[in-house]
Amino acid sequence: MKKKYAWLLALSLVLSMFLAACSGGGDKDTADDSKDTADKPKVEQTLNFINGDTIPSMDPSLGTDEYAFQFLGATMEGLYRLDEKGQVSDGIATKHEVSEDGKTWTFTLREDAKWSNGDPVTANDFVYAWRRAVDPATGSEYGPYMMGGVIKNATAVNKGEVPVDQLGVKADGDFKLVVELENATPYFESLTTFGTFLPLNQKFVEEKGDTFATSADTLLSNGPFKFSNWTSTAQEWELVKNTDYWDAKTVKLEKMHYVVVKESQTAVDLYEKGEVDRAGLSSDLVDQYSTHDDYTVEPDTSVFYIKFNQTRNKALANANVRNALARAFDKQALVDEILNNGSIVANGLVPKDFVPTPDGKDFREVSGDLMKYDLDEAKKYWEKALAELGTDSVEIEFLGGDNEVSKMMNQYLANQWTTNLPGLKVTLKEVPFEQRLELDTAMDYDMQFAGWGPDFLDPYTYMNLWLTDGGNNQMGYSNPEYDKLVNETATTLATDPEARNENFLKAEKILFKDAAIAPVYQRASALLVSPKVQGVFTNPFGATYEYKWASVGAEE
Amino acid sequence: MTRYLLRRVWYMLITLFIIATFSFFLMKILPGSPLQAEDKLSEEQKAIILEKYGLNEPIPVQYAKYLGGLVKGDLGVSFKFDNTPVTTILMDRIGPSALLGFQALVVGSILGIILGLLASIFRNSPIDFSSTIIAVIGTSIPSFVFAGLLQYVFAVKLGWFPVALWGTSAHTILPTIALAIHPMATAARFTRTEMVEVLHSNYIITARAKGVSETGIILKHGLRNALIPLITVLGPMAVGLMTGSMVIEQIFAIPGIGEQFVTSVMVNDYPTIMGTTLLFAFGFIVIILIIDLLYGLIDPRIRLAGGNK
Repeated sequence: MKKKYAWLLALSLVLSMFLAACSGGGDKDTADDSKDTADKPKVEQTLNFINGDTIPSMDPSLGTDEYAFQFLGATMEGLYRLDEKGQVSDGIATKHEVSEDGKTWTFTLREDAKWSNGDPVTANDFVYAWRRAVDPATGSEYGPYMMGGVIKNATAVNKGEVPVDQLGVKADGDFKLVVELENATPYFESLTTFGTFLPLNQKFVEEKGDTFATSADTLLSNGPFKFSNWTSTAQEWELVKNTDYWDAKTVKLEKMHYVVVKESQTAVDLYEKGEVDRAGLSSDLVDQYSTHDDYTVEPDTSVFYIKFNQTRNKALANANVRNALARAFDKQALVDEILNNGSIVANGLVPKDFVPTPDGKDFREVSGDLMKYDLDEAKKYWEKALAELGTDSVEIEFLGGDNEVSKMMNQYLANQWTTNLPGLKVTLKEVPFEQRLELDTAMDYDMQFAGWGPDFLDPYTYMNLWLTDGGNNQMGYSNPEYDKLVNETATTLATDPEARNENFLKAEKILFKDAAIAPVYQRASALLVSPKVQGVFTNPFGATYEYKWASVGAEE
Repeated sequence: MTRYLLRRVWYMLITLFIIATFSFFLMKILPGSPLQAEDKLSEEQKAIILEKYGLNEPIPVQYAKYLGGLVKGDLGVSFKFDNTPVTTILMDRIGPSALLGFQALVVGSILGIILGLLASIFRNSPIDFSSTIIAVIGTSIPSFVFAGLLQYVFAVKLGWFPVALWGTSAHTILPTIALAIHPMATAARFTRTEMVEVLHSNYIITARAKGVSETGIILKHGLRNALIPLITVLGPMAVGLMTGSMVIEQIFAIPGIGEQFVTSVMVNDYPTIMGTTLLFAFGFIVIILIIDLLYGLIDPRIRLAGGNK
């Protein structure tokens, strides 16, 4: 008996030690907070945000996910930075000159930019970082992807065919960076804002070795903010204003506090309690909060569509079949009822509010609706198709995702097709993302639900997908005219914005005349955002949010 | 006792080896790869990266290397968290999970025993019925439903506790209760059944005849004997807590290991999956060992092999 009591006593002692340790930490936090408010009688320039997950990597060469690029964008600065309108604005570079053939870009760097350890940011920092990104020893995923075919020799260096110093980037003194490109690349300016193209301080990176970018202490910042209390597995961290930033006077925000919350309901509860200033809404919560004062929809530039594989199923090789399928489902009902998160119907390939045409209009608006839901047209195409195929029944497999929303969407689409096109039988195949990619690469599917997010600010990021030998075509689509138009934008017409734009417009029309793909929707996310969050912009690509110009407004 | 312990440790190592082997090969069957931009890379680029992770080698070689690392206590480097050793990830995350699991087990079993005890003493009374109802509800409703309910009522509406996150001991209360409900129900049911049986056995009648007080009968003769089968279910209860924590940690946004496990499975972070699996297995084996040792403590009739203290 005594023994058992001793055991229980020991347990409760251990337990109380745990509790004491925890509450001790908590008290300290509150003390700090009250001191902060005492120092600043004005509106405290602090925002509290939720992050959907931990930041797995802050190494610009190794980052691949949304969060890596988000925080790289906030703590570092490349040659340029995207502003409110999605236009490039001054970064470490102040100006650049492009050679006649568009292949040599010379950037002039500012001389007052510093790393957070006091070292100046020089052209060598860019050379080092870009070489590191394509060096096969680094094992970067985005380095060879973003730089390959753009910067001279990037692919060859990555394959180990030529040494790293053959990469087309050189420092001419400390403050001039000369970049040689494979081809004239009109969108190169916007690429330089992307995470993979950020500079790195060679001495620091090599000194930290394997521990580089795994915690706040092993990181250097040259951007508007810097980390405090961050490690790669941390669930809670802070960004504080970087006083060494060259444009620190523009940065009003003193501090951003982040916590990782994955459950949408929990995020909303924290928002309602005033503990966070922004919360994402999953589609099941939208109905409940769509009348909330702080409800907003943030458009995204990812487009989702159906790929028609022309090589496996004979029916899909017929353009009339594809034209019928692409028009035979009600997209508005799909975005309203199933997605229910602010996503909008897509009737073309290049998303809305992504790139402007040379005369300043939105590309999507100029190009117009190229593939709409139209039941009458669909039926006409379908009758023609059946007559051409000489049959009255067609069976097609539809490959889609296997998460909850995907499944609803797949069933909805299959149902629309079979109801609207008599004689059509659709069999569903629902698989995880990885498996879908494998089937895509093997071209082992009939119709597939797929999507694409942009890699740079130019219609080319979408249009090059469907070139005959495009690595993402994988559906047997080939139209020489389309290839010619799109290829010209990257070669002969590369330095002529008007002509390029014309080519893109023409090419997009061809794509939908052929009904190569059927556009479905452009993604958006529904959120609750506190009115005190001001000056935070969403970027069309790269870092999701731009905080450089953000501030805290007066609370309501 | 020492010899017994040594033998148990040896069996534990064998069990861990089998689990490590089994999960290693299971993971190789998983579709996909740890690449994160898989849809954007060419086959050549993928090969370069897989080589860096050592995934291009034949599976037996990978297996041998993995076991070699395990022997040295090296669980490898995470694929998702670049350059971060798996041991660091586990160490960073184990604290909150262990604390929650421990609190839930203690709170759950103590409340359960009290509930079961009351039910058995006042058999067929309203107390008994309500205890049964609580036990049935606790067993049949999954813990994440309770978690959502507790969060809504006590945090959002009443504001007594924090909604979520981690930091002070107040943050641990709601998740602990959500996790404790299942063990509580199990303990209550077992205690009641066992007590009812024990209280009808001959030695209790003897004790009554000897004139032992009712409290003495229940606590000294009844409960002590009724606890033995309860200890047997502590093991499964602890496993339930480990799996339950995956969802509870997500709901309350707690930086624990269960939540980390789910994420690593989603992104094919092989070393982290393996490390977490082994850690869970290790935890379970240790709990079983402790339970076996507890038997002897509570019931001297159960002798451990060679168990002269």
